[in-house]
Amino acid sequence: MKITLSVNGEGRSLDVDPRTSLLDALRDHLDLTGSKKGCDHGQCGACTALVNGRRINSCLTLAVMHEGDEITTIEGLGEPGALSPLQKAFVRHDGYQCGYCTPGQIVSAKGMIAEFSNGWPSHVSEDLEAVPDFSEAEIKERMSGNLCRCSAYPGICAAIRDAAPDEGLGEREAAE
Amino acid sequence: MTEQLKMDEVQPRLLDETGQGAITRPMDRPEGALKVSGRATYAAEYKAANMAYGVMVRAAITRGSYTVDEASVKDMEGFLGVWTDHMIRNSAQGTMNTNPVQPGLNIQYFGQPIAVVAAETFEQARHIAHALRIDYTSEEGFEVDPETASQVDESVPVDQGDLDRAMADAAFTVDATYTTKPHNSAPMEPHASLAEWDGERLTLHGSYQMLKYNRNELADSLGMDAANVRILSPYVGGGFGSKLGIAPEAIGAAVAAKALKRPVRCVLARQQVFQMVVRRTETRQRLRLAADADGRLTGVGHDNWQSNLPDEQFAEPVTAATHFLYGGENRRNAQSVARLNRMASGSVRAPGEAVGMLALENAMDELAEATGIDPIELRIRNIPEIHPESGKQYSSRSLAQCLKEGAEAFGWQDRQAPKARREGEWFVGMGVASAARTNILMESKARVTLNPDGTALVETDMTDIGTGTYAILCQIAAEMLGLDPSKVTVMLGDTDLPPASGSGGSWGAASSGSSVFLGAKAIRARLAERLGCAPEALRLQDGVATGGNNRRPLAELMDGPLVEEGHIQPGSKSDEMAQASYGAHFAEVAVNSVTGEVRVRRTLSCMAAGRILNEKTAASQVHGGMVWGIGSALHEGVEHDHRTGHVVNDDLAEYHIPVHLDAPRHDVLFIEERDDHANPVQAKGIGELGISGAGAAVTNAIYNACGVRVRDYPATPDKIFPHL
Ligand code: FES
Ligand code: FES
Repeated sequence: MKITLSVNGEGRSLDVDPRTSLLDALRDHLDLTGSKKGCDHGQCGACTALVNGRRINSCLTLAVMHEGDEITTIEGLGEPGALSPLQKAFVRHDGYQCGYCTPGQIVSAKGMIAEFSNGWPSHVSEDLEAVPDFSEAEIKERMSGNLCRCSAYPGICAAIRDAAPDEGLGEREAAE
Repeated sequence: MTEQLKMDEVQPRLLDETGQGAITRPMDRPEGALKVSGRATYAAEYKAANMAYGVMVRAAITRGSYTVDEASVKDMEGFLGVWTDHMIRNSAQGTMNTNPVQPGLNIQYFGQPIAVVAAETFEQARHIAHALRIDYTSEEGFEVDPETASQVDESVPVDQGDLDRAMADAAFTVDATYTTKPHNSAPMEPHASLAEWDGERLTLHGSYQMLKYNRNELADSLGMDAANVRILSPYVGGGFGSKLGIAPEAIGAAVAAKALKRPVRCVLARQQVFQMVVRRTETRQRLRLAADADGRLTGVGHDNWQSNLPDEQFAEPVTAATHFLYGGENRRNAQSVARLNRMASGSVRAPGEAVGMLALENAMDELAEATGIDPIELRIRNIPEIHPESGKQYSSRSLAQCLKEGAEAFGWQDRQAPKARREGEWFVGMGVASAARTNILMESKARVTLNPDGTALVETDMTDIGTGTYAILCQIAAEMLGLDPSKVTVMLGDTDLPPASGSGGSWGAASSGSSVFLGAKAIRARLAERLGCAPEALRLQDGVATGGNNRRPLAELMDGPLVEEGHIQPGSKSDEMAQASYGAHFAEVAVNSVTGEVRVRRTLSCMAAGRILNEKTAASQVHGGMVWGIGSALHEGVEHDHRTGHVVNDDLAEYHIPVHLDAPRHDVLFIEERDDHANPVQAKGIGELGISGAGAAVTNAIYNACGVRVRDYPATPDKIFPHL
C-alpha cells in the first residue's frame, strides 16, 4: 500500500505491506534505524517516536494508519555536531551504556516534557488538578515505559532534569 | 613489531608517571554523539543489496524428532526456502571456541531452534514461520523438574577439615537454604545477524561479545575454515552473557544466505531470546556457617543444586566468592547439576557471584543477627589473612575499607533494630552486603598507530557492549602517548583486527587495556630512541616529547606513522595470588506493613577495583550492577511450565526487570587502589562487581525493616506480608 508520511519534517512516500509496523517502516524502508526494536510488542519503549507530537511505541502501530501524520524520530532531534539539549545531557551524564534503549529514552523524554508542561497528571501526582512538580518521582514514573537493561537510569534521570528547561519545560501548547 | 608481556612479574606503575591526565578522569564516551543521535549502527541495522529476511522456528514439543513440511508454505507469498541444516541446540557457552551441540533433527527442549525460513520481506518471513507445518514424533520420558531429575551430576569440589564437627562445636550457627529462580540476560537488543557470502568467505554482522571465539564457533558449526569467517560487531546493544557464544540466528542467517546466494538477515524475536539462547540456572543453596563466641567463622559450607541440558559443560560457579571471601578452617562445597529437558543454562552477568552471594551475604546477615554483632563488624572480623583454601596471598584487597567508608557515607550509624523504624504504614530499614568478584586476565592483542600529526589509532577486535571500551582504550592510548583523548580514534568489533580478550568475566577492560598499554609503550620506546633518551626519561604531553635535555614536537621526531602491536598474556601472577575486586553495598528499603510491597529508597556502593580507568563509565557499571541486584532481589525470575519445561514468561511484560521507578538514588564511591599483581595497568574488573552481593543488601534491609527473612528470591510481596 502506498502512503505518505511526514518524517522529521520531510514528506516521504513509501509502499508498504499492510502488516508493516511504523517501526519497521522507519527502520527498514526509510533507513532511519535510530528507532530501535527491543521487543516488537510495546513492552520496552526502545521504538518510541513522536506522532503529531505525542510519544508512541512505533512497533505497536501499523504504518498504513499514519497517512499524512507528522513523525519525529531521534534522527530529527539532532545529529553529531548539532545535538539537542537532551542528547547533549545524555552524553554528559552517561545516560546510556550500550546505547540501544537510548534513542527511545530521549524521544520519550521529549514527549514526556511536553505532557508535563501541559499539566498531565501521572500515577504519582498528589493532586490531579495542580501543575505537578518536575520531581524525580514524576520523571521516573513517566519514563517507566522505557526499559534500560544496562540500567543507566540514574544518568538518564539526571540528564532529563538537566536538559528539561532547554527542551521547553513549562511551555504549554496553545491547542491544549 | 609486537610488544609482548606475560604477567609473571609485578609491573611498574607507568600510568602514574605519564602525566597527560587522560586516564581515570570521568571522560564522556567518544561514541556518545552517535549513540544519542541514533547513528550508531547495531547488527540488525546493516542492509545489503538484494537482502532476504530470515526468521527462526522453535520446537513446540519437549523431546522427540521432527521434519518440516516445506509444501505447507512453499506457495506463500515471498517464500524463498526453509532449512534445518547445521542448527545449533542453543548458544555456545562463553569462550567455548567450538560448535555447540548440533542435534540434527532431534529436539531436546521446548523452544529449541529447529529451522530457519527466508522470504523477500520480514512480514512474509514471519508469517511463513508461523504457518510452517512441523511433523513431530514425540518421545516420552523427558524430565523438566530439577527436584526429581533422574540424572544428576554430583561433585564435592571442596572438603576441608570437618564441617559437621565445626557446626556441632560452634557457639553460633546458621544452617539455612536459599533459592533463586532462573534469570534471563534480556539485553535490550535482541540477537541479530546479517550473513553475506562471497564464494567460500562469510561476513557476518552480528551482536557478539567475544569475536575471536565466536568466529571459531560459527565456522565449526558450519563445518568451514575459520579463516574464511569475518564477524563485525562495532556496537552491541547489551550482552550480559547472552552474547558470549555464537547464537542460533547466526547459523540460520548463514545457512539461508549460502543456499540462496543472497545476503540474509535474521533477528531473534524477543520471545526467542528468552527461549533459545541461555538462561541462568535456578539454584537451591544450603549455607552452613559455624562461628565461635566472637563471631569468628570456624566453618563454611555452601552446597548448591542447579540444572542444565545434557552435554552442556557449563555449571554456575555458585560458590565463586565463598571460596575466598571469609575465613574458617572447616569448609565444604558440594554441587549437583540435574540434567533436564529445559533450555540451556549459561552465563548471565556475574555467573556464580550474582546468585551465590545472594545466599552467602544473606546468611552472614543471619549470623550477625544470631551473634548480636553489627553486620559490618562481623564481616571485617572474618576477613582472612590468607586464602582459606589455597593458602595464597591476596593481591590488593580493600574490603574492610569499602565496608567502613561506605557505612560512614551511607549513615549506617542510624540503623536501628528490626521493626524499630516506622513511617506511616511503612517499615524502614537498612542492609549491607560485601561484594567480591574474582579478577581474571586473558590474552589480548591490539595495534596502536601514532601519526606524526599527533593523532593515534587503536585497533582490536575487542567489543564495547556498553561497558565503556571505546572510552577507556582511548584514554589509555592518550595517556601513554601524551595526547588529548580527542586525538585518539578507537576501532573495535572486527575479526580482521588483532584478536582481543572479548567482553566477559569482567576481564575486558584490564586485558584489552593492557594490550593497548603495551602497544603504546613500544611506541614510547621508539620515540625515546629518536630523542636520544632512556624510555624511563621520556615525557610525552600534548604532542610534545621531552627527555635528556631535548624537547621536540612529535611531528619533528617522526617521518611516518609508528605502528606497534601490544600482546598481553596471563602469567604466573594469575596463579600465585588470589586476585579479586571487592566492595560493599548498602540499601535502605521501605516495606509496606499492609501489602508487603518493597520500595528501595536509596543505595550506595563503595568499590575497590584497582585503578579506575574512567570514573564515569565505571560508575555506570556499578549503577547497572546495583539495579540488577535489585532486580534479582525483588522482581526477576523465569518460570518454566511444570509439564513441558518451556519458558512461560518469555517477554519483557512477563519477565520483570527493574524500570525507572524501581531504580532509586545510587551513590558510588571508589577506593583509590592499584593492583600490581593483576596487569600492567593495575586495574581489576568492575563490570560484574556491582551486582555481586547487591541483592542481598536489599533482602537484608527488608529484614531490618520488618523482621521478615526472605530466603526464596525474588522477595515478592506474597513472601513478605503473610509474616508481618
Ligand atoms: S520495540 Fe516497541 S516497545 Fe519494544
Ligand atoms: S543503554 Fe543499554 S539498554 Fe539502556
